[in-house]
Amino acid sequence: MNVPQDCRYTKEHEWVRVEGDIVLVGITDYAQSALGDIVFVELPKVGVKLVAEQPFGSVEAVKAVSDLFSPVNGEVVEINAAIGDDPTVVNKSPHGDGWMIKTKVLDATQIDQLLSPADYEKLVAGLAGGH
Amino acid sequence: MAGYVGHGPTEERDLLRAIGVSCFEDLLVGIPETARQRAPVDIPPGMSEEELRRLFRGLGARNYDPEKVPSFLGAGLYDHLIPAAIRQLTLRSEFYTAYTPYQAEVAQGTLATIYEFQSILCELTGMDVANASVYDGGSAAAEAVLLASSVTGRNRVLVSAALHPHARQVMETYADGPGLDLVTVPLGADGRTDLAALRALIDGSTAGGSAAGGNVAALVLQNPNFFGIVEDAGPLVEATHAAGALAVISADLVSLGLLESPGALGADITVGEAQSCGNPPQYGGPLCGYFAAKKELVRRMPGRLVAEANDQDGHRGFVLTLQTREQHIRRDKATSNICTNNNLMALGVTIYFALLGPEGLRETADQCLQKAHYLEEKLAAIPGVRRVHAGPFFQEFAVELPVPAGPVVARMLRDEGILAGLDLGRIDAGRARQLLVAVTEKRTRAELDRYAEVLTKTLRA
Repeated sequence: MNVPQDCRYTKEHEWVRVEGDIVLVGITDYAQSALGDIVFVELPKVGVKLVAEQPFGSVEAVKAVSDLFSPVNGEVVEINAAIGDDPTVVNKSPHGDGWMIKTKVLDATQIDQLLSPADYEKLVAGLAGGH
Repeated sequence: MAGYVGHGPTEERDLLRAIGVSCFEDLLVGIPETARQRAPVDIPPGMSEEELRRLFRGLGARNYDPEKVPSFLGAGLYDHLIPAAIRQLTLRSEFYTAYTPYQAEVAQGTLATIYEFQSILCELTGMDVANASVYDGGSAAAEAVLLASSVTGRNRVLVSAALHPHARQVMETYADGPGLDLVTVPLGADGRTDLAALRALIDGSTAGGSAAGGNVAALVLQNPNFFGIVEDAGPLVEATHAAGALAVISADLVSLGLLESPGALGADITVGEAQSCGNPPQYGGPLCGYFAAKKELVRRMPGRLVAEANDQDGHRGFVLTLQTREQHIRRDKATSNICTNNNLMALGVTIYFALLGPEGLRETADQCLQKAHYLEEKLAAIPGVRRVHAGPFFQEFAVELPVPAGPVVARMLRDEGILAGLDLGRIDAGRARQLLVAVTEKRTRAELDRYAEVLTKTLRA
């Protein structure tokens, strides 16, 4: 299970990576592996306002759909058009080329409240133990 | 395997004991006393088989025999010719007795016919994708409005005053939950949806709205509309798109043998009632709504979708697809709560269009048009009778009578055995003298001539 150290995490299995005053958002390696083959990703339009913990899109696998929850309050500045053409990129590179949106952050303190890599690893380990 | 497992007092007692209650009444304790029916229900005593047969034969005899009473009643359900092969094929037990079998392993025949239905609908409407059918044209129109609202994130829906009033009622029921705001676009004097009024409503919606294009999610049009008039849909659709909203057209499928397809007119979603194509207008139902849309809307479409696929050996087959839209997977986030289709009716529709072919459909539509115009000319020549709208019509038109239409319809049916049409006063009290007359290819010249004679005589009486 890949849990990059330069990201923060949500309980809903999204990651964020800060790049200046912008953050990238995607789903974690654990999430893509649990979903299986991803066939469609529904993303918001540029300019849409995001509210922390509210859905902003969805990921569709062959037999399941999961909502994407925004980690922070923000405004979408860019979406990853490449995963529209080939959603399997999310399976192949969830933390890299499979990023989903870039958003302006309205309240930087929200990022500090997200899970650290260590805490997220613990969360996932707990979930795996259940299987 | 037992076909039917009954239960008597012994089984009932065992069942109750197994769940830990002593009697059936104990199961009802959660129902407030005020809501309980304590008085005995008034059900007449049992009948013998022969008594029951007589009762129903008597009730059946009170119906008018549609083979003997020429019907000019339309308003959404039309008395078109039905090739005999349709009944023969739909009555095959594989189709007739099966309840919505979608399992690819056992239902390739059914899935193949649904795929044909969807393909035919796409070809007729000019849309990219069609579903397996929905309950009726009304729920199809309402689902279209939900889809438009979810895609645009807006909640105001502009609805032509000439959408079928029943479709409008279903839409109002649907609109209540998500809080959609339905606004009527009035008609011009010619009976067409008024373009200037539409523009004014869009501007009004934009002025107060924050986002560009305002809060209009969709325009819903019917073509030909409820009064039979062919809409000038192009400019209406254009104005709708300019506001960033979706155009929904409810189209009569037979009319598409002559008229431009909704796709060519720019519609994003096409819906309607397909029942009249291959199915008799039996007591107004069961019906068969259809729903077709542009490809980019497919993931938000309601209902079942069948797709072509290959099995592991490369053989062509059919499967349900994109089920992630549906509530057994997506639960409360499902695009719709429709997870079935009206398959027997849809099968009738499929066979109907397969038998007619493009030539047959064009000829059917042409005959409807010609015969309707023949009758309209005859009726307009009767003193005191005039057409209500000046706009072009397809197979149906409204006439204004010098007297209320209801009693005229009743007299023509009772005394002359003609089903004269719909008394529009039943829909709108302000139209009590208006009669909506539908003419299909099934009507003969003799029937049309007799209609005009009988109406003349009835108005004189």
